[in-house]
Order: sequence, then C-alpha cells, then structure tokens
Amino acid sequence: MSNPAATITIADPFRLGHRGPNIARGHGGGGPATKRVIVGYGFWLFLLSDIVIFACLFAAYAVLADATAGGPKAKDIFELDRVAWETACLLASSFFCGMANIAVAKRNQLLTQLALLATGLTGLAFILLESAEFAALHGQGYGPTRSAFLTGFFTLVGCHGVHVSAGLLWLGTMMAQFFAKGFRPDIGRRFLCFSMFWHFLDVVWVAIFSLVYLVGTRL
Amino acid sequence: MTYIGKSGSRAARFSLLSLASLLPSLARADSIFAPAGPVARGDTLILLDSLVIMLAIVIPTMIVTLAFAWWYRASNTRAVYRPEFTYSGKIELVVWSIPALTIFFLGGVIWIGSQKLDPFAPLPSTEKPLEIEAVSFDWKWLFIYPEQNIASVNQLVIPVGRPLHFRITSASVFNVFFVPRLGSMIYAMNGMVTQLNLQADQPGKYLGLSAHFSGDGFPDMKFDSIAVPPAQFADWVAGANGAPLDRAAVDGLLKQSVATKPYTYRGIDPALFGAIAAQKVPPGEGPQEGRGGPGTQNVVPRGGKP
Amino acid sequence: MFGKLGWDAIPFDQPVPLIAGAVVVLAVLGILAWIVVKGWARYLWKEWITSVDHKHIGIMYILLGLLMLLRGFIDAIMMRAQQAVAFHAPGYLPPEHYDQVFSAHGTIMILFGAMPLIIGLMNFVVPLQLGVRDVAFPTLNSVSFWLTATGALLVNLSLVIGEFARTGWLPYPPLSELRYSPGVGVDYYLWSLQISGIGTLLTGINFVTTILKLRAPGMTYLRMPMFCWTSLASCLLIVAAFPVLTASLAMLTLDRYLDFHFFTNEAGGNAMMFVNLIWAWGHPEVYILVLPAFGIFSEVISTFSSKPLFGYRSMVAATLFICIVSFCVWLHHFFTMGAGGDVNAVFGIASSIIAVGTGVKIYNWLFTMYGGRIRFTTPMLWSLGFMTTFITGGLTGVLLAVPPADFLLHNSMFLVAHFHHVIVAGVVFAVMAAITYWWPKAFGFRLHEGWGEAAFWFAFVGFYVTFMPLYWVGILGMTRRLQHYDVAEWRPWLLISAAGVAILIVGVACQVIQLVVSYLRRNELRDTTGDPWDGRTLEWATSSPPPVYNFAVLPQVKDAEVYWEVKQRAFERERMPEEPDYEPIEMPRNSPTGVVCAFFATIVGFALIWHIWWMMIVGLVGAYATFVVFAWRDVPEYVIPAEEVARLDRENRAIRQRVLSGEAWA
Repeated sequence: MSNPAATITIADPFRLGHRGPNIARGHGGGGPATKRVIVGYGFWLFLLSDIVIFACLFAAYAVLADATAGGPKAKDIFELDRVAWETACLLASSFFCGMANIAVAKRNQLLTQLALLATGLTGLAFILLESAEFAALHGQGYGPTRSAFLTGFFTLVGCHGVHVSAGLLWLGTMMAQFFAKGFRPDIGRRFLCFSMFWHFLDVVWVAIFSLVYLVGTRL
Repeated sequence: MTYIGKSGSRAARFSLLSLASLLPSLARADSIFAPAGPVARGDTLILLDSLVIMLAIVIPTMIVTLAFAWWYRASNTRAVYRPEFTYSGKIELVVWSIPALTIFFLGGVIWIGSQKLDPFAPLPSTEKPLEIEAVSFDWKWLFIYPEQNIASVNQLVIPVGRPLHFRITSASVFNVFFVPRLGSMIYAMNGMVTQLNLQADQPGKYLGLSAHFSGDGFPDMKFDSIAVPPAQFADWVAGANGAPLDRAAVDGLLKQSVATKPYTYRGIDPALFGAIAAQKVPPGEGPQEGRGGPGTQNVVPRGGKP
Repeated sequence: MFGKLGWDAIPFDQPVPLIAGAVVVLAVLGILAWIVVKGWARYLWKEWITSVDHKHIGIMYILLGLLMLLRGFIDAIMMRAQQAVAFHAPGYLPPEHYDQVFSAHGTIMILFGAMPLIIGLMNFVVPLQLGVRDVAFPTLNSVSFWLTATGALLVNLSLVIGEFARTGWLPYPPLSELRYSPGVGVDYYLWSLQISGIGTLLTGINFVTTILKLRAPGMTYLRMPMFCWTSLASCLLIVAAFPVLTASLAMLTLDRYLDFHFFTNEAGGNAMMFVNLIWAWGHPEVYILVLPAFGIFSEVISTFSSKPLFGYRSMVAATLFICIVSFCVWLHHFFTMGAGGDVNAVFGIASSIIAVGTGVKIYNWLFTMYGGRIRFTTPMLWSLGFMTTFITGGLTGVLLAVPPADFLLHNSMFLVAHFHHVIVAGVVFAVMAAITYWWPKAFGFRLHEGWGEAAFWFAFVGFYVTFMPLYWVGILGMTRRLQHYDVAEWRPWLLISAAGVAILIVGVACQVIQLVVSYLRRNELRDTTGDPWDGRTLEWATSSPPPVYNFAVLPQVKDAEVYWEVKQRAFERERMPEEPDYEPIEMPRNSPTGVVCAFFATIVGFALIWHIWWMMIVGLVGAYATFVVFAWRDVPEYVIPAEEVARLDRENRAIRQRVLSGEAWA
C-alpha cells in the first residue's frame, strides 16, 4: 500500500514544540500530555456526557413507568428470552471488539478485519433482534404512542439502539480506514475511542437489562 | 417565631410591616406590601425579615467597595501600596464566615417559613374552611363552590374572616393562581391537583391573575377577587344563577377564549373537578393560527373568540 | 415536496417582521457583495472561515455574540415600548407577535448572545494563559463554532420564514406541545438549540481536556490563572448539564413529531418532568455564564490594582463550591408547584448557600483592591460597576430563594429585574470589560478610553433606570410577559423603565462608536509591546496580536505569576532573558470541516422544522460524508521552520528590549 502518509512522520506525542517527558504528573506540572492521552480523555468526557443523556432517559422512564393509561404494563409485554439473546449478542460483540484490540496491537491486518467483522455482525444481530421486538410490540398496538410508559420505554431502549446503529456505521468506516491506511497512530487513537464507545454501550445495556427488563417483569 | 396565627405580640410581628407601609404608594394598588390576609402577611413579613438580614451585610460591603476603590486610586499618594499583601488567614476566615453565618441565620428563617407557610398546610382557625375548586382554562378561571353547588367564571367571591381551602388544577396548560394581596401563589397543572390555603381579613376587591404565561390570551386571564362579609357572601351564593356546570358546559369552557364578563353556574356535577384533574376530560382544541401549522392563513390577534 | 413550507410562511401581512427581515437580508447581501468586490473572499475563507486557530475562532464567536446581543437588545426595546403604550390599549404588537419577541429575546440573549461571548473569550484567552499553542481538538473547535452559528442562523431565519416560539425562552409543555403550539415556532426553537447545544457540549469537552491535559510545563493546577479555573468549572458544568438539555429537548421533539407522550395532557404524560429536567440544565447554565465572568473580573481587578489576586486558593475553592452546589438548587425555579415545606426549605437553603461562594469572591476582590494602585480604565469601571450591582442582584436572588417570599414574587417583574440584575451586571459587564481588556492582544491596538467610559456610564445609569422600576412593579403585583394591562399604578414605572432603555441605547451607540473611532485611530492606539496594561499572566508575554503558534518556545512555569516574575527580573537587569533555542513548530492545518458540517446541519435543521424529509436525508448523508473525508486526510499538520520562528520572536524581543532600556512601558 502506498500513500502519502508513509513519507511523513506523524509524531505520536503531542509535539507542539515541546520536547520533555510527556507525562501528566500529580500536580499537573508535567507539560502537555501525549496525543493518545488527550484523545482518550476527551472521548471519555464525551461518554460521561452521554451517560447523562441516558440518565435522563432512565429517569423519565422511571417517572412514567406506571402511567400506562389503560394500556399494557411492563410485565405484560416483555419477553425475557428474546432479551437474553439480545444481551448475548451484545456481550459477544464486545468480546470480539476486545479481540480486535489485540489484533491492532499486533498490527495484524487480517485478524483485525476478521475481529471487527465479527464485532459488527453480532452488533447487527442485536439490532435485528431489537427491531423485531419493537415491530412485534407495534403490531400488537403497543407502540410508543399508546401510553406514557411505552413512550419512555421505546425512547430509552431505542436511544441505545440508535447508538449501536451509529456505532456500526463508525465500525464500517473504521474497517475501511485500517484497510486503506494501515495502523497509523491517528487511526489507532480513533480505534481506542471506538472500543471505549462499544464497551460503554454494553454497560448501558446491562443497566437497561436489569432496571427495565428484569425489574419490569418482576413487578 | 410564628408567621401565622393570632397569638404572639402583634406589635413586634408587624413593626416591619408598618414601617414599610409608611412609604406612600404602598397601601394603594395590589402591592404585596399591602397584605389583606394572614398568609400574605406572613409571606411579606418573611420577605422583609430576609431583606433586613441581608441588608445588614450588603450595605457595608457596598460602601467598603467604593471606599477601597476610591482610596487606593493610583493618583492618591497617601495610600500605601502593598503588592505583597495577597493572603491573610484571618481575613479568609472572616470572609468565609460572614456570608456563611448570614446564610446560616437566613437558613433558619427559610426553614421555619417554608414549614409555617406551606400552601398545603391548613390555617389555624376555629371555622371550617370554605372549599373552592379552581380550574384554569384557556384563558379564564373557573371557581367551583362544591358545598354551595355553584360555580363562577373569572370572579372569586369569598367571605371575610373564614379560611379558604383551594384545590387547583388546569384543564389545559400551566397557569399560576395568584391574588397578590391574599398571599401565596401556586401552580395550576394538568393532571395534578395543588392545594392552597388563604384567608381574607378585610373586605375589598383584589386583583387576581395568572402568574404563568399560558398563550396569546394570557394578559386577559385575570379575575376579581371580592372579599365580602359572611352575610353578603350568603346573599351572593343565593343569587348566583345560571346554567348547570356539566360536561357540555366544560366543553364550552375548553374552547380558547377570553371571558369579558364574569358569570355563574348553578348546579354542579360533583365528579367534574376530579375528572378534569385525572385527565378524563379530553383537552380542548389549541389555537388554529400559527405559521406552518394547520390552517396557516389567519392570525387571530386575540387568540380566538369566545 | 417542501413539507409544510409555502408562500404563506413569509409574513407579507405583518409589516414589522417583514421590514426587519428585509433589512437584515439586504444588509447580509450588501456585506457579502462588499467582500467579493474588495476581493476579501479568499482571505476570509482561508484565514477565518476554515481556521482552526483558537484565536480566530474566539474572535468569530465574539462577533457572533455581539451581533446576537444587538438582535436581543432590539427585542428588548420592542418589549419595553409595548408595555409603555399598552395600558388599556392593545399597543403596537399583537399578542402572537409580542409572545415571539419575548421568547426570542430570552433565547437569543442567553444561548446566542451570552454563550458565544463567554465561549469566545475562553477560546481566545485560555490557551494563551495556559502557555500552549492551541486547544486539545482544534478542528472540533471549529465545528463547535459553526454549529453555534447554525443555531443562531436558524433562530434568525424564523423572523422571515415562519415564526418563532411563543412559549417563553423555556418551552414549558403542555403549551409547547403540538396541540397548543401548532406552528413551526417551537420547532425552530428545538432544532436551533439542539444543534447549537451539541456545539456547546463539544466546546465543553474540548476545554476540559485542554485545561486538564494541555498546559505549559510547570503549570500546576494551583498556578493556573483564575480565568482558567473558572473556565474549567464552567466547562465541567457544560459537560454535565448540556446533555440534560439535549435529552429534554429530544423528548419534547418526540412528542411533537412522533406523537409520543412524555409531557402531553393525554395518555399519562407528565409536564412537570420537563420543568424539572429543563431546570436541571437551566440553573447550571446560569453558572456556566457567570463563572467565567468571575474569572474575567479577577484578572481585570488584579491587573488594574497592580496586585496579585487576593486569596487565590480561597477563590479556587469558592469557584468549585459554586460549581458543585449549582447542581443542587434547580427546584427553586418552581417552589410554587407545591412540593411541600421540607423540600422547598432544603432547596431554598441550598440556593442561599451559593451566596456564600459569591460573597467570598466579592470580599477577595475587595482585598485585591486594598493596598493596590488602582487605575480606573474602562475595564476597571465595568468591574466596579459589576461589584456594586451584583451585590444587589444577589440580594434579590436570595430573597427569591426564600420560599414564602417567592410565593409572592415568582414569575413577577421582580424576578425579571432580578435576573437581569445578575446576568447583565455579571455577564454583559464582564464581557465588555473583557473585550476592552483583551482587545489589544487580539488586534494590536487599544480601544478608545473616552468612548469606552461614556459607554460604561450610559449603560450603568440606563441599567438602573430600566430595572429598578421593574422591581417595584413586581412588588405591585405585575407578572411577567403581559402584552397589555389595565392597572394604573403600574404605568408610571413602566414609562420610567422605557426611558431607561433610551439611556441604554445611547450606551450601546457609544460602544459602537468606540469600536469605529478606535479602528480609525488605531495607529495612535497601537500596542507595540504586547503588554499594554502591565499584565501579570502569560498572554501578555507574547506579541499583540500573537503569532499563530502563540509562543515561540513553550514557557517554563515556575511560579503562580510566571510572566510577572520574569518581567520584574527583566526590569531589574534592564534586559530580556536569554534567547531560547528555537525549534520547528507543528501546527494543525486549517480545515473546512467545521463550516461544511454546519452547512449540512443547517439543511437538516431546516428540513426537520418544515418536515421536508428528503432534504433531511440529504443533509445527514452529507454530514456523514464530511466526517469520512475528514477522517481520511493524511496530513493534518504543517511545520513552521525554526528560522521563521526565530525571526518573528527576535522582532518581539527587540521591541521589549527597547522598553526595558528606558522608553516608557506601553
């Protein structure tokens, strides 16, 4: 593969002219941190803000959980079997994402692409299962417009689904970049962000699974 | 400290109020400094208490600010330049403690005041409170007197000296029920019932209004609150005539309009208030004007006709 | 084909907005034509529109903020004029227009006036004060700015195409639901805030990362200038609070577009939840604005008192104290919803506790002046005006935090007067001080003092004449947002208030004249040294305007006031410190990503407002393509050779050396 990047050294440390030990120390006197630290830190902040969005949706769901307006309650509509499969898909996807991390660290193109493909396919399976669940509910007349409870449910779970879908789009772009550009540091940093995002979606799903589905079917 | 009630030294409690009422235009109009009932008096007294507590540190601070700025002006050769004076533990202790202590003191006022003047808390009285159910519509107020079996639009007639117990909801959007001279305001919200306890001590005609913007007809969403002696109140109840207040009447009220003249109903469907509060009565139509909305052609200036 | 959009969307029947809109459109076209005729288009595109330089982005933010401040001010003039004439009369604005005016005034002033001004100042100043070359994510910074500009564009578009929200600056449902607001006004509100809100969130992330991870060597946390600390606190609040805005607006959007039931009157919707959520953002938002303002005053007061900031650590503590407590007080915006005595009391006390933090700040500024040598320049006048005014604003604020008092004053004109007292004195005065203070750093010449002082005095007096009467009508029972009224006692006070606005207009005019006069006389106002005020922080160590890379060599910070120390040593020895070893500097390349992104965001926003679904898809695909193209680029940086750096730095050093060897400072 020949590309112009090969001829230009792109410095990994955040080298805005400063050449010193690039470490952030206790009181923060160590000068600018490395680019990898900066990118990872910034993205981590973004994830925190995303958690706040989910927190709002969780709160809204909790407030509206009993406002069924004569429609179905949580335990009438949730099918734990299907949700268990969804969970399995998403967890497997996270596992493959971890494998991709190892492959990227070893600079192995084939393994990277395979692991990312597996990540994407399991993610897609999750989305398809969830879509089927939504379609089934909608078919029974239990769409989000039926009651405030269903509004809260569809928005919370749907928001997670939209995140996963956006992640799949990102994943495809990521695969194309690894293929076309190789293991460049900037693409490596982007992949760091992607894997954080992907694991973060798992964490959110665990919360949804426990607080919405498990609690919902018990009450 | 009691902010409501007939016990305690009147002079002490109201000295601040009488001080304030020395100012000329205060007693006129619907100033909150001209309270006409115990709740309004309690609210105002707390307001003035808090004001005095804070003025005690605010005024000196302002004076010192201007004094320091003036004295340490660059052209003043007599002022000592002390560029190294950048920290003093004693001063820091003082600057944290002054506001902290003030707020600590004020916190006490807040705590006691919030408890005593909680709008939901019944007023101390030997008389049974008069029950009134208030419903906000676009853009008028409906007052239901369930025990008297009458209702009135945009006119709140109340007996002097008897506690009033309001239950308030909204048939459309948010509003706030507020009679400045009677005291505490509270929200009228769809799907919820708020409560308010008030009392008028002197006869008079007081301004009542909605204190929360509710759409194009909002400025006209005001009502007269008329406090009359009990006998006169009974007369008014006896003389209040009109159609019965049923679902059909409510459907009429749900149409967006501004009520120009107050009127009354006789014969109340007792389940009506509860039905509105529980969202059992479907909401009325909204405005039909609005660019880009359905029916974009006409912009009706007053937001619809009665 | 065009969804709800048709010719009836343009208000041919309403002369006021039509003429206003036409004038704005003509002005924009005129400016564009002027740029093309003068041949500046290329320069603007290369150096400004696609710039990722934090200084240029900061200046563009401030320009946007000032324009929107003027737009919001015109709304304010219209409101005061309406209430001056609408006694027993309909006035000249019908309700549906008046309602748009006050909604637009609040929205524009807070989100498109104050926010861009504060963020613009952070952009310009923070990297300079931290002693670094740019923010953590320069291209993202450009995206943030252009998304904010998109939001502002959409809000102003509503003037000519369709209408703006008629719900107040916070669209409380059910009024903002489709049933009660069928027009596109609320949709304009939702999408412009949603798009600019994403821009603001990205700014918050960018600056928290910059301040925490990207500082000159030796710049420990407790050596950061106060403005950096307050910016950090403000950006932390952005990261924590703006997602709440995003979420609550998204819920309202779902209600309006897809018939969901979060806040509707039917199917169990709960409108109170919106009020809770929106204030969980709205209250921190106030501190997002005012904390950096506190930072500005700290810098200005310290510089012009010729003293370090008094009680620096105490100030840091107070800043973080306010930052945290501001999240625990949102309920004081609706004590009158009947939450019960205990809840109200807790939130009332929490709200008053914030006054402890601000009180500490006021006292520390006071003791900064104590023992100082105060120069009464324009920025210092704004600061003193702030200190005296803000104390009163705080006092009325604490009054409103006392639930029983709030039961009388909630939503009244008293409240209106209170928040203008704190926001105008806190934020607008700070911005004016900051613009005068940092102007020479940005453009290389100072602003004219005389016109600046005139602007201050007219604004200061006009402010009091406008808002003190509003406190009083509030006490007389007048509620806010009244399009007409018939209480005779309110009238005189509203007339006085209108007169106050006239004085404010003179103040604004002086401010505009100041800019023009200063530009014309820029040669005599030239700041050659880079340090016109005898400053204390690192931004004054570089030339005015600074080179694109800010510092030829990253400063080594050994002290809280590193620049001041270096300067004093230089004065003692009458010569500059040793010349450093220059090295090549890598800088990020300019990129059109931001403006292209904003272009597609505008398309998506407009399409969603008018339900033009194909256009929305075009916009989304375009936005995704922009990201891919950006991600695909191979050479994100360019290198400035060491010789070039050395040449520029030696020029700057030579000027400073001349100052040291005898010529007067500045």
